[in-house]
Amino acid sequence: MASVDDYVARIEGTCGEEKDVIVIFKYDKKDEAITRIRQKAQLKNTVAGIIFELTFKDISFRVYASGKAIFRSIKNKEALYSILEALLL
Amino acid sequence: MDPYRIREDFPILKRKINGNPLIYFDNAATTQKPRQVIEAIRDFYENHNGNVHRAVHTLSLEATELYEKTRENIARFINAKNSAEIIFVRGTTEAINLVAYSWGMSNLEKGDEVLVSLMEHHSNIVPWDIVSKIKGFTVKYAKVHDDGTLDYADFESKFTSKTKIACLSHVSNVSGVVNDIKRIAKVAHEHGALMLVDGAQSVPHMKVDVREADIDFLAFSGHKMLGPTGIGVLYGKKDLLEKMNPFQGGGEMIKEVAFSQDKERCYISWNDPPWKFEAGTPNICGGIALNEAVKYLEQIGMDEVLKHERMLTEYAVEKMQTCCNKVAVYGPSELTSKCGIIPFTVDGLSSHDVALFCDNYGIMIRSGFHCAQPLHQVFKLQSSARASFYIYNTREEVDRFIEVLKEIEQL
Repeated sequence: MASVDDYVARIEGTCGEEKDVIVIFKYDKKDEAITRIRQKAQLKNTVAGIIFELTFKDISFRVYASGKAIFRSIKNKEALYSILEALLL
Repeated sequence: MDPYRIREDFPILKRKINGNPLIYFDNAATTQKPRQVIEAIRDFYENHNGNVHRAVHTLSLEATELYEKTRENIARFINAKNSAEIIFVRGTTEAINLVAYSWGMSNLEKGDEVLVSLMEHHSNIVPWDIVSKIKGFTVKYAKVHDDGTLDYADFESKFTSKTKIACLSHVSNVSGVVNDIKRIAKVAHEHGALMLVDGAQSVPHMKVDVREADIDFLAFSGHKMLGPTGIGVLYGKKDLLEKMNPFQGGGEMIKEVAFSQDKERCYISWNDPPWKFEAGTPNICGGIALNEAVKYLEQIGMDEVLKHERMLTEYAVEKMQTCCNKVAVYGPSELTSKCGIIPFTVDGLSSHDVALFCDNYGIMIRSGFHCAQPLHQVFKLQSSARASFYIYNTREEVDRFIEVLKEIEQL
């Protein structure tokens, strides 16, 4: 059965007072992950076709074609996993 | 100095990131390595690998000679009086911890004061705070002006007869501000205090002369000056090192461990500095490769290194201020008083957004607190983005960076 870990290589908390979380997708899965996310989330803005500003269930985040995403104001790891599950699976 | 010729020595700079040529602007975090350093690592493990100071066989003697030669070259590089004043450590953090624990535990008591500034990297705050909780002394913090420059009047006014050591970064890792360490060292000595300098951001970028500045301790890291990670240096005046207790115990740092049958105990005597502070097998290869890094920088000349970085900083700051509308640059307006480090923010975006956007275009910059949260509080920032330059960076790379910043402003 597919899981979030099939797509995600690493999750990093950022240093700074902002509660940003950076999700790094596995290199060979990044395109599939981005496609799935774009299908489910609402596109707010795009820059040069490589940076996508999205919202999903009142959570705003940005996805980069390089295979990274930055989520803001995530309460905890469980909340992030729940969003990623909804977006990726 | 020709950065285009220098770039030929750095294999990694040929890499593409996300389809774009790599632009490496995170040199305050760590620097890239020239072929000469990489080759020294390969050569050591292929031809000379042996433990130092341990055996009489050829490989051990060769390794020892190469390792100790590095010590001599580094002593010369910072104009230390004697190579015994050069202690190899893992990096700046370990060097400062060594002083805080070894010197601090024996020389600081309740009622004493340690003076640091608010622009310090956490590694020049936290070790003193930890030891203060054990020994009961007070850590005092000197102010920083709104533009990130040191408030010299405040720093100097905080010296008292109780001040035992002043700890100051030579160059701020956030703003690139260069501090007058000679001036503070003089005031420290007038009050009978010692002076420790965090040279992590200065030794790789400018000529640092420990005797001219008359400082007692200097800490710096090899990986920020073209060398490998895991090797750094603590300089200390020999008479101080001789009086200090070891930081860690083990092999190499002792002269004798004699067991007394009668009393059922060991009688231990310490080795002389610098080995007294180098317990266990050191990072031999790292040290030898650091020697190559130092030789590489010396061939260019440290004055040329600084000149090039200042040129790039001036060029970049001017463009950031004239070509961008939402970019705010922090630090002093007088660019001659700083090194090649530019902290900035983009209105409406977190520093991590800015860094990720740059990364998408192959530009590596840092985001966050840069391990200097108190200075960010002075700047009233939650975090900042930071571009930092070195010898292989060019004006064309700055031009590309500005183009990307302009795109970021449209987010």
